[in-house]
Amino acid sequence: MSNSPIVELQQVEKKYQDVTAVQQLNLHLNQGEVLGLFGHNGAGKTTTIKLILGLIGASSGQVRVFGEDPTHREARHLRTKLGFLQENVSFYDQLTGLEILQYFARLKGVPRKTCPELLQQVGLSDAAKRRVKTYSKGMRQRLGLAQALLGEPKLLLLDEPTVGLDPIATQDFYGRIDMLKQHGCTVILCSHVLPGVEKYIDRALIMGHGKLLAEGSINDLRHQANLPVTFHLQGNYGALPESLAAKAHKHSNGTQLEVSLSEKMPTLQQLARLPGLENMDMHLPSLENLYTHFIDTHKGLEAAL
Amino acid sequence: MNAIFAVANKEFHDGLRNRWVLSICIILAVLAMGLAYFGAAAAGKVGFTSLSSTIVSLASLAVFIIPLIALMLAYDGIVGEDESGTLLLLMTYPLSRWQLLLGKMAGQGAIMAFSTVIGFGSSAIMMGLFSNTAWSELIVPYLIFILSAVLLGWIFIAIAYVISTSVSEKSKAAGIALIVWFLFVLVFDLGLLGLLVGTQGNVDETLFPFLLLLNPTDIFRLVNITYFAEQNLTGLMAIAQQTQFSLFSLFAGLLVWLLLPVTLALTLFNRRGL
Repeated sequence: MSNSPIVELQQVEKKYQDVTAVQQLNLHLNQGEVLGLFGHNGAGKTTTIKLILGLIGASSGQVRVFGEDPTHREARHLRTKLGFLQENVSFYDQLTGLEILQYFARLKGVPRKTCPELLQQVGLSDAAKRRVKTYSKGMRQRLGLAQALLGEPKLLLLDEPTVGLDPIATQDFYGRIDMLKQHGCTVILCSHVLPGVEKYIDRALIMGHGKLLAEGSINDLRHQANLPVTFHLQGNYGALPESLAAKAHKHSNGTQLEVSLSEKMPTLQQLARLPGLENMDMHLPSLENLYTHFIDTHKGLEAAL
Repeated sequence: MNAIFAVANKEFHDGLRNRWVLSICIILAVLAMGLAYFGAAAAGKVGFTSLSSTIVSLASLAVFIIPLIALMLAYDGIVGEDESGTLLLLMTYPLSRWQLLLGKMAGQGAIMAFSTVIGFGSSAIMMGLFSNTAWSELIVPYLIFILSAVLLGWIFIAIAYVISTSVSEKSKAAGIALIVWFLFVLVFDLGLLGLLVGTQGNVDETLFPFLLLLNPTDIFRLVNITYFAEQNLTGLMAIAQQTQFSLFSLFAGLLVWLLLPVTLALTLFNRRGL
């Protein structure tokens, strides 16, 4: 049982009248994995999340969450194991943060006494007795997160979780995701591209126009995309070895060298042997670069058709 | 059951917090006490009038104001949650749609019932204390009046939910609610009167009173005049008076009118996309 996937999507398709929101989507998520789901607006991220939540049914294909069809009546009990934070939730303005959390706790069958502690975890203790009307965007987001964490969920779906959070709160948030992962919680993070999210996700899934464009760990994606590694070199190191000279461009504050990913280690060794090299920076393609690459390739393909 | 109660409890407390309960209580109490004391002002008298004329005039005022209050209270129940995004969130909780809908209706129904009992009950107590009408005469008519008024409020809360579950914008729901109020409270009766005048009274006499059952506000009025059959009535009610529906069948009619929109709202809500 523990080896069965938490979320499984097989050839899932969702159509709204004549618009296809998601097509031929396959997804397999094991316990304790953190998946990043990336795509621009209208790429099908939210539809995918709704399918997993069982809010909508698939037009064709199979959706399984904890081994059951989430749209089934009998699957309702699964929802106690589920946490969801949606984009731009605005809650009930006239209630206080604590009251809102207690309301949701009651609906989820979670003891109300866990609420103050959860608020403390997300840093809202001081504002617990204030009306949500007076909350900033970041505070609402943190309240939303507290709500998603009610009852120690086994599967967390977070849509744009860090929107409106300051850098420190964002770090905090990622730290919490890491901790949940240690406890065996499976997480789906859904977003446009998040700077700095690479470290915290096991796998990324890039979507565009309802299709899966690329899937894999950051490393896999780097190999798939085959984007160059960039070195910035500074210092008086004379001439570069011949094999590298052709790939180098000089500019005002040093030299830029682009090599393919497979040549990374040999190049590093070669460069390290250069006398007089004062500084060297290496840039691997970031998630943002990869994202742009896959979206552009897809666009290119569509244009070619 | 626990989920329904949780939702209902929140709705009721919302009603206390945003002063809905207080405002409805005050409006109904002022209305009822004013009518009880100044009801005969048109005839040049001040002071308590007879119980029957008080109740009948209260009923004809309540028939306007209670549906309006109920519709205003509940029109954004579903569409409002949808607009703020909380409906989507609630649907990811172990809570089914019918539980949410019934919970909300029950909570707002409790607001309506509580305020009606306090508002109209206070006028009953005032009459009992200060007028010549004995308590024993007072209790039954007021009970019937309050009970039917609560039912009328519930019916229009349920109708408000039919509106709320079938539209996608709050402003649209408000507009439709206003039209619904206008149709039930004003247009329907005018239409029936028009029918009578147009046909020069040549409508099947046995059929005509049954047409009144098509409108819950008319049933409410029938309930309250049926109890005081000796009253001099004008308009549609005078006609209906001739065919006596029993009090029991009128209340049954109100219950049917409650069940219809509740069922319809549940069906519509189940079909609503997210």
